[in-house]
Formats: sequence, structure tokens, C-alpha cells
Amino acid sequence: MDKELRNKELNIRSTSFDVEEKNGDVILKAENISKQYRLGQVGTGTLSHDLNRWWHQIRGKENPYLKIGDVNDRSTKGNSDYVWALQDINFEVKRGEVLGIIGKNGAGKSTLLKILSKVTAPTTGSIKSRGRIASLLEVGTGFNGEMTGRENIFLNGAILGMTKKEIASKLEEIIDFSGCERYIDTPVKRYSSGMTVRLAFAVAAFLEPEILVIDEVLAVGDAEFQKKAIGKMQDISREGGRTVLFVSHNMAAVKSLCTRGIVLENGKVVFEGGIDEAISQYLKDNKISNSKSFVDSPLVSVSVEQQEKDIVINAFYNSKYELNIPNLGFVVYNEFGNAVFGGNPVLHNMKQSDCIKYLSGEILLKIINPRLVDGLYTISIWFGDSRENYFEALECIVIEIKDMVKIEFVNTSFIGNITPMLEWKFI
Amino acid sequence: MNHSEKKNNNWLFEITPKNKFFTLNLKEVWQYRDLLFLFVKRDVVTMYKQTVLGPLWYLIQPLFTSITFTIIFNNLAGISTGSVPPFLFNLAGITIWNYFTACLNGTSNTFGSNAGIFGKVYFPRLIVPLSIVISNLIKFGIQFFIFIVFYLLYYFQGAALHFNPAIVFFPFLIVLMGILGLGLGMVISSLVTKYRDFSYLIGFGVQLLMYVSAVMYPLALIKEKIPHYAWLVQYNPLAYVIESTRYMLLNVGEVSVIGLIYTTVVTISLFLVGVLIFNRTEKNFIDTV
Repeated sequence: MDKELRNKELNIRSTSFDVEEKNGDVILKAENISKQYRLGQVGTGTLSHDLNRWWHQIRGKENPYLKIGDVNDRSTKGNSDYVWALQDINFEVKRGEVLGIIGKNGAGKSTLLKILSKVTAPTTGSIKSRGRIASLLEVGTGFNGEMTGRENIFLNGAILGMTKKEIASKLEEIIDFSGCERYIDTPVKRYSSGMTVRLAFAVAAFLEPEILVIDEVLAVGDAEFQKKAIGKMQDISREGGRTVLFVSHNMAAVKSLCTRGIVLENGKVVFEGGIDEAISQYLKDNKISNSKSFVDSPLVSVSVEQQEKDIVINAFYNSKYELNIPNLGFVVYNEFGNAVFGGNPVLHNMKQSDCIKYLSGEILLKIINPRLVDGLYTISIWFGDSRENYFEALECIVIEIKDMVKIEFVNTSFIGNITPMLEWKFI
Repeated sequence: MNHSEKKNNNWLFEITPKNKFFTLNLKEVWQYRDLLFLFVKRDVVTMYKQTVLGPLWYLIQPLFTSITFTIIFNNLAGISTGSVPPFLFNLAGITIWNYFTACLNGTSNTFGSNAGIFGKVYFPRLIVPLSIVISNLIKFGIQFFIFIVFYLLYYFQGAALHFNPAIVFFPFLIVLMGILGLGLGMVISSLVTKYRDFSYLIGFGVQLLMYVSAVMYPLALIKEKIPHYAWLVQYNPLAYVIESTRYMLLNVGEVSVIGLIYTTVVTISLFLVGVLIFNRTEKNFIDTV
């Protein structure tokens, strides 16, 4: 039933694509993209493979190594020296769309971005584009420590494809955005790493390609700068009408920025569609949910649930040693990976006398109306007693919060994730 | 079906597994001309940062090499340079030879030393070797200036020196040298990405090449002294450029028009082969480097 519905939806979508294609609305189209890598050392074997490949080529035959190759799953032992990092990737991106590309480590996300940004070529297939693509694969590319900040703005801008004139016209804004005005004529090698990243991101942020490719830039920089960066990204995609491809592990960030998503798994697209469905598909595939059980650990299981306006954490423990207090710790993180709040019984002055069972039992914690803004939140769990920590599971739980507070759409990078009870008086 | 086929025409660009058989991509290089200029500027500005002598290093190296050559090849081995002071004879050869080796050494490591930046952003890769050839041209200019200074020094001391009118073609020789270094460098840089052996080869290969390029002796001398091995020098396109340089600047030796035509043909073919291999490499080198 569900499948039928989806098929129907797909049909509708594909026909609407046809209509839109006439309007030139599809800005990027990937067709059958595959990428093969050779595993192990590049050494003596290479020459013989090269010669063999060349011998097939001059006789007009197909590359013999294209037929072989294992599916890209790093945890299994394969039989072949060749592996497909990507296999038959097809997708389309429309103008102004923010596409999230999500997947586990090694799913092929970065390879796909490398192909998109022309750093490496696909083994088969093609990508067609109606706009310039610029990537923020890693900011600060080509920075030269001996040159000043100002000189590096020009150099880095030119590497990213801007002309000198374009850069000069935006120089003031770039310097202002970076917040490095004071040091702008100092060699970059004297900069702190944070300053270098700020400067580099500032240059990239003022690029004006039709398609921007972003890979985990959010992981760098301090909180204030992250805020700026995400705000800028939202500007880019919303107001500028520019197309953004965003790659991240952080589901909460993806959810808050993207409109559509594709899920990669072992080099294949397993889902393409709305961002909410994509995220739930990813979470389902990776068995990330709101409950988790653990083997061989003092903490047996933990589950987190939204009940009306409260969050309820329910955990079972079974310890070999006597615990003076079953100390269950938790921290809730927002879409930028920043902690929103957290706690444990010791922090909240619970006494040993408050708990009855010292070896095994159940913990029930109610977080009374934390007034979180709608969205995905990640939770880390620790378990121990007041003396020692025995167990930790970082970011093991993802929970979707909905309708906890009634508020218009907010940009959480600006006002935060918690909406406290407010009492307005206009006197 | 018809629609989508028609649609294919207005894509801005297409990323495909392989480049066309031969493409210079000059349009793209032109779009990135500012980058070319900035790379040149970076090379020149940062070359001798944090050194006490700074750009003087541009001068020290050729001067001391010339002095060494003069002592060993002219004073000790007794190679005659005619009426021209041996020091000036050697300096002329070394100056133009240095330009070639600087271009070759710089470009032959294009992929290796830029793997970091090539692995992150795309721009026409040809920009990098081009920038090396151009920034070396500036270094060559400084070294050539020093040659002029010593030329005048000798001239006012009464040495019998005069240019040959053919000096008007000297820029042509410089361009030839640059393209030769670029072409060979591009071939080697592409091979090095897969087979590191070539980076070792280039190290001592260049040294050996100097001995068969008529840098420290006149072309006529080798024909006269060891005619059996003279073909080594006669088939070497570099030898003609160096011999012609001395002919133009110092009016010694001979200029062989056939030799220069031969050199030009070799240079152009090497350059085309270089571009061909370079284009094939640039698409996938990041997977093998």
C-alpha cells in the first residue's frame, strides 16, 4: 500500500520533471555515475594492469577491470582488488534547491562531492550542469602562510574561480565578515587556526556560483562563527535562490537546512525524496532511533520519548558491582552539535538514600516541558555511579521534537533552541 | 525522448570520465588568467622570504657556477673560448640553461607538490606549470641583467666584445627554452603520479643532460675532439639553443639554422605530447598520487 503510494508519487514527480525540464529548471543532472578505486598499494601490479588495460583498449575492447569490483562495504573482506565507491548514481537537482546528501562514513558522499567539484573524474557516467559549481570541500585551500591576509583573499578567491575584479569589489565585505580586520596585512602564518578558518570561509561565502557544494564546514570555527556561517548558508539558499548541495552526518543540521535529500549506502542511492523521509530512512537503516539496547554493559537499555510536552527517559541497568547511586547522565544536542542541556542525579543533588536498588533496576526520568523548538535532537548517554563512569554512548539517540512550543518558524542559529515561558507586559 | 535530447544542448558543461583526445582548454585558462598572475606573484614574492640575502640568491647561484666552470673547464682543462672571456662564455650558457632546468624541475613536480590543492578545488591544472614557466622568466630576467652588468664590465675593461645582429631573435630562444622545459616537465609530471621512479631519474638526469648540452664548451669543440660521441650533442635540441645564445650575445661559435628548425620541431612536438599526457592525467591523478 505504502509502496504503491510512493510509486504513484514518483510517477507524478517524473512527469512534473518533464514539464520543468522544458523550463530549464533542472540545474544539475547526474547520470549513472560510478567510481571505481583500486585497493591496496599502487606498485608493481599497476604496470601489468595498465598494460593489460591498454592492450584491451587498442583492440577496441572494454576495460577488463570495469567488470569486476566489490560493493563498497569497508567492514567486509572482499575478493577483488577493485572496489566501487559509487555505483549507478542518478539524481537531479532543481534550481534553488538545497539538497542534503546523507550517509554513513564511507558511503561515498565525499567521492560524489569530489566528482561534482571536478577534482576527480567518474569511472563511468556523466554529470551535466547549467551553472558554475564551487565547493567548500575544505576551506582555506591554497592559503600561503608567507602572504598577508589580504593577498590570500585574492589568491584563494582566484583559486575558487573568482576574477580579481570580483574579489576587489567584495573585499570590504569579506574582511568585515571574517572579523580579521586588524590582522589583514599580517602574514597568515601568524594567524590562529580559528582566524585562518574565518578568513577562508569568508572568501568562500562571497563566492557566487550557481551551485555551492558544502561538506561538513560546520565542524570548524567557534560558536559565534558557526552561527554566522549557517546564517550565511541559509541566506545563500533562501534569498539568493542558489542551489546548495550539503553533505553532513548531522541529521539535525541537514533537517534544518535542506529541502530534499538523497541517502547513500555502500555507494548506492537507497533513497531520494523529501528531507524528512530521507532522514527517517537513514535513521532506520542505521538503526538509530529513540531507543537503544546495549550488550555487555551495566546499562541494558535506554529509550527516550516525547510524551505530550515532556521528554521521558527510561533506562534499565544491571551492574556487577554495587552502585552507590545509579548515575545516568544525558546531554541533548542541537543541530549544530552544541549541547542544549543535560544532567545526572549527582548534579541534581540526589542522595544515595533516594535509590533503593544498588545492583539492577529501572530509572525513569521526566524532563518537564523543556520547551524545545521543533526539530531533531541528538542525545548522548553515560552511566556509572557517583565515583566513576562505567559506560558511555555518544550521540546514540535521535529524537524528533514536535509541537512542544507554539512558535513561528525560527532560525535557531540566531535565537537558540529553547523558548522559555515568557510573560510580556506592555505598560 | 525528443525533448530531452534537445535539452542536452544547453548544458553549461558536462563532467565525463575522459577528456577529449586533445584539448588545450585555452578558453578556460583565459578565464583563470587572474589566478595565473597571482600564482606568479606568489612564487616570486615568497621564494626567498625569511632569508637574509633575499633575491641576491638569484645572482649568487649562476655567478658561483660560472666561476667554478671557468676554473675547472677553462683554466684546468684548457677549453678555449676564443677572444671571449671564459667567465662570460660560461655565464651566458648557464643563464639560459638555468632557465630550462628551473622550468623543468618546477613543472615536473606539478601534481606531486600541488596534490593538496588539486584534491580540493578544480581549476585548469595547466595554470600551475604555466605559472612556473612565467615566474622563472622573471628570475631569468634578473640573471640576464647580471650577465649584462658583467658584459659591460668586461667591455669597459677593453675586452673585444660585440653582439651579433641576430640578437633580435634572442626572445625567440627564451620562448623555445621555456616551452621545451614546460613540455618535458608536463610529460614527466604526469608519469611521476603513477611511477615515482621518474622523480629520481630527473634529479641526476638533468645533471647529465647539462654535459651533452654544450653549456661549458663550444659545439665545434666536441665535433673536433670526440667525433664518435658528437651525435649525443648534435641530436640534443638544447645544444642548439645554448650555442645560438652565445652566438647572439657574444658572437662566438656557429648558428645552425637547420639545428634551430630541428629544435623548434622537437619543442613543439614535445609540448603537444606534454599537453596530451597532462590532460589525460589531470582527471584522475588524485586517485593514484
